Amino acid sequence: MGYQWNWGVFLQSSASGDDTYLGWMFAGFKMTIALSLTAWVLALLLGALVGVLRTVPNKTLAGIATAYVELFRNVPLLVQLFIWYFVLPELLPTSIGDAYKQSNPVLQQFLASMVCLGLFTSARVAEQVRAGINSLPRGQKNAGLALGFTLPQTYRYVMLPMAFRLVVPPLTSEFLNIFKNSAVCSTIGLLELAAQGRQLVDYTAQPYESFIAVTLSYIIINVTVMTLMHRFEKRIAVPGYIGGK
Amino acid sequence: MTYEFDWSSIPGALPFLWDGMKISLVITAQAVVIGIVWGTLLAMMRLSSVKPLSWFAAGYVNLFRAVPLVMVLLWFFLIVPEFVGQLFNIPKGTDLRLSSAMAGFALFEAAYYSEIIRAGIQSVPKGQISAASALGMNYAQAMRLVVLPQAFRNMVPLLLTQAIILFQDTSLVYVSALADFFGAAYKVGDRDGRLVEMLLFAGAVYFVICFSASQIVKRLQKKYTPA
Repeated sequence: MGYQWNWGVFLQSSASGDDTYLGWMFAGFKMTIALSLTAWVLALLLGALVGVLRTVPNKTLAGIATAYVELFRNVPLLVQLFIWYFVLPELLPTSIGDAYKQSNPVLQQFLASMVCLGLFTSARVAEQVRAGINSLPRGQKNAGLALGFTLPQTYRYVMLPMAFRLVVPPLTSEFLNIFKNSAVCSTIGLLELAAQGRQLVDYTAQPYESFIAVTLSYIIINVTVMTLMHRFEKRIAVPGYIGGK
Repeated sequence: MTYEFDWSSIPGALPFLWDGMKISLVITAQAVVIGIVWGTLLAMMRLSSVKPLSWFAAGYVNLFRAVPLVMVLLWFFLIVPEFVGQLFNIPKGTDLRLSSAMAGFALFEAAYYSEIIRAGIQSVPKGQISAASALGMNYAQAMRLVVLPQAFRNMVPLLLTQAIILFQDTSLVYVSALADFFGAAYKVGDRDGRLVEMLLFAGAVYFVICFSASQIVKRLQKKYTPA
């Protein structure tokens, strides 16, 4: 085949001179982790809120929450990302938009990516939270109300503490997805893991080594997250339920 | 001062956008078909008692499910064509982008389909296989004539939902500059300096298609779920 394998290429100093190619990969790795974790926090907060709203008796609130979920679930992630990155700054009032466009480009890429991934994932989290709340026996809500709790109190003290524990296992797969989906953000130039992989191919002319290293990094992230979440799931499982003690 | 919309570049671009949509649909359709066929085989291997087969299927599925689709597509655009080209002596410069995209999507989606199908097969009561073998069928006959028809009936909504997700994911062929629907919309917007309008238009089209499709799937689900 004539391909010259050279794993030593990662230790060579990079084109920019102040780093090795391994350093580039590590920078991409850190970017992927930072982006995914911050987006995940956003997704959990918004997703929990929207998921709860979908189950409330108030038709307007439930309707808004349903529209939110449908909107973010039926437009491809890539299209959403481009809308956040290219369209939104144009639609802001000119003064704010111009100030934003003059800010640090990496910051702009990171913010657009984080908000995009966060909102995209929040719609999926909301569906899991809603399913969790709906899976509770109806008696729990009625018992709460019969004891004189208001509806918000019933959610706060009776239903949500149970529902949040039940949705942890399905949320694990959404958590894994956010790391994988973060690779889409390479398309707007954010230098995360996949983008560094492409850069490595261009600069080192060692495509196999570069891509194998990046692919392995994703697998390592996946396995690590799965192991950690598995432990967390065990600790938080509700006794008496499937998966509980 | 706010942004002034100008939608005038859309009507003239419709034929070009439709060509792109055809590419998106072709990639989706073939990935669904190959994904389901290969996914069924993988699911059967995974459940088989022959250890090497079940290890292979588990390894395949876990590998593809651990890696981002973008990364799989980059493999298929940047590395696989060169490798295959050398292997089969395909002249350099042949445009392999569409076939690579199709291969990448089909192999990737098969991993996801196989998990859906495995769950579907496992949802069929064990007694069905015992009954089939009591009737003198061998394993392959029992699978083909008894288990799989029931499993697929239960799985139809999930398989269709996965197809909708797949249709959305085809926009990622953007990384290979292939002009699918999204790629075409982006190119037109870039050419006319109307990226804002074209991106919003593309988003709206995807929304209408995927939302309608998911509503149809929901109805099917209600119709086929035993009350």
